[in-house]
Amino acid sequence: MSSDHFIEFQDVSFAYGDRPILKNINLAIPRGQLVAIMGGSGSGKTTMLRLISGQIRPSRGKVLVGGRDVAAMSHAELFEHRRRMGMLFQFGALFTDLSVEDNVAFPLREHTRLPDSMIRDLVVMKLSAVGLRGTQTLMPAELSGGMARRVALARAIALDPQLMLYDEPFTGLDPISLGVIAHLVKKLNDALGTTAVMVTHDVHKSLDIVDHVYFVSNGEIVAEGSAEEVRASTSPWVHQFVWGEADGPVHFAYPAGSTLEEDLGLKGGRHA
Amino acid sequence: MLDSLLSPIRNLGHMTVNAVWRLGFITRFLLAILRYSGQSLLRFSLTIREIYFAGVLSLIIIVVSGLFVGMVLGLQGYNTLSRFGSADALGALVALSLLRELGPVLAALLFASRAGSAMTAEIGLMKATEQLDAMSVMAVNPIARVVAPRFWAGVISMPILAALFNVMGIFGGYLVGVVMIGLDNGTFWSQMQNNVDLHYDVINGLIKSLCFGVVVTLIAVFEGYDATPTAAGVSSATTRTVVTSALVILAVDFVLTAFMF
Amino acid sequence: MKRSTIDLWVGIFVAIGLAAVVFLSLKVANLTPQSADQTYTLYADFDNIGGLKVKAPVKQAGVVVGRVAGIELDSKTYRARVTLSMDKKFTFSRDVSAEILTSGLLGEQYIGLMQGGDPDELKPGEHITLTSSALVLEQLIGKFMTSFAEKGSSGHDASAAQ
Repeated sequence: MSSDHFIEFQDVSFAYGDRPILKNINLAIPRGQLVAIMGGSGSGKTTMLRLISGQIRPSRGKVLVGGRDVAAMSHAELFEHRRRMGMLFQFGALFTDLSVEDNVAFPLREHTRLPDSMIRDLVVMKLSAVGLRGTQTLMPAELSGGMARRVALARAIALDPQLMLYDEPFTGLDPISLGVIAHLVKKLNDALGTTAVMVTHDVHKSLDIVDHVYFVSNGEIVAEGSAEEVRASTSPWVHQFVWGEADGPVHFAYPAGSTLEEDLGLKGGRHA
Repeated sequence: MLDSLLSPIRNLGHMTVNAVWRLGFITRFLLAILRYSGQSLLRFSLTIREIYFAGVLSLIIIVVSGLFVGMVLGLQGYNTLSRFGSADALGALVALSLLRELGPVLAALLFASRAGSAMTAEIGLMKATEQLDAMSVMAVNPIARVVAPRFWAGVISMPILAALFNVMGIFGGYLVGVVMIGLDNGTFWSQMQNNVDLHYDVINGLIKSLCFGVVVTLIAVFEGYDATPTAAGVSSATTRTVVTSALVILAVDFVLTAFMF
Repeated sequence: MKRSTIDLWVGIFVAIGLAAVVFLSLKVANLTPQSADQTYTLYADFDNIGGLKVKAPVKQAGVVVGRVAGIELDSKTYRARVTLSMDKKFTFSRDVSAEILTSGLLGEQYIGLMQGGDPDELKPGEHITLTSSALVLEQLIGKFMTSFAEKGSSGHDASAAQ
């Protein structure tokens, strides 16, 4: 694979104990692209983000970011890696005991020695980038869900990261806030030239903004392609996911291992 | 049949293994806190903030409880001592029981339920809402940024609160003994002064409360950090903080008393 | 650094704490500055110290003038050697006498001094020669019994022999 791929997964597997989450994942994300990873709940999407951020290590295979193996990084290198990375959490994960200003200033205060006045100016700039200038003194509890997500976004881009990770950025938002966040994600990606990975199951909004989509199911990549390719896809799996059909290649029922009749004791049999 | 007989034994074994495992984990956690304390103590304003929440906000409960405990000691002590004709020793009785035992132990129990449980709940909720994850993804160590300041705040606040509890208790004993019952003011204080030793009673009591501060705060931050990141997990962690702290305070108190006096 | 009301409160909190410790040390424990340069040492040997304990007060005319700093058994004479840490403000004559007394019937034991008339003063490190032991209640009763009833002596030989 060529070296302009900013993130590469090489035969990555991951398991919690003996429960496999990811199986032999291979993917490559070019620098500057906005990529979505889609899949049902529990399909291992978020695990992929955590592998990129170095919160967990793969059981097998390598995760390369900027050509370097994340799992092989020392403590200091890992922190250095994270300093160049921004992450937007599912529900924002704002620090509830800090004001909006202190939240956005948090990475700046922790990682730079800038004077207070400059930090305040930077905070204003980041907040105005997400359209929330003037909210500095509010506490996170006083914000709506959409506003909190935007403040979290401002915090994530505070250090102008080269890499942005979005963990379900659209969950639990009303359509307008959702549109605002999607617009911001796209705008920031274009303006800052960052590489971005977005984990989501909101298909339609994501397809409007992303360059490339991977579909993950049961720990494996089952389909990939650009937004147009996905929309036009004839794969039954993609079709089911994009159009939200209840039954299809992904079964409605959990694989129980016993039949309903057995569970209800209609055929007797198993009980000694 | 055999299975139902064996299951309590199996549970006991399971609990023992679990307890030892947690003991190891908590020790490692303490070492991590100490390791990252340097960088968090450099930014002492973080710790000051936590002293406010752990210490200052516990003032009222400590002051009021101390006063009442002292008043009860005064009443009960007077009733008992006057039977032996030595009601004069009330001052000494109140001061000694507070300084050596009741002050450090009760202040620690109150601290565990007031500040310790709050710490557990706060850290547990930060974990549940991914704030700790967010921090570590921002290349900020949550142990250095969140846990260590709270730990030191607890360790600093506990002796102060215990000393205050003692003072209030002695004042309560004074109110009952001298103001209410009418013992001689001079005798009350001089009996106290003759029987209380600075090193034996005052300093040892403060050392005790310092130990309790370490233990209680460690349990509180550990339970928060170790909590299952759900609402139920945080609430059971908070309960565990109070229960475990109470047991450990009393056990540690016994050990320390055996060593000191 | 940003100054805030939290800093103020924490400052008050710590100040209250320090005040509490000072109160406990001075008012409750009666911390009298008893460092080595403000005291001097005397010794007194007793046949029996009864229940005397380290830190017990040494009193002259009921006023505390020192404290018991140590108690040990002299391995030659088999008497108890008590080390007294005396306040430098007070000096005593060579014929001062020391006696182990009890405050009240069941109270703590202390050493009572009785100033003598000798113009020479005891120097630091010297011994108080005139001492009288603690009254041990059992012995007292024993003596009383023997003198009262001559024949009941066999059970009290041991205590009388001491």
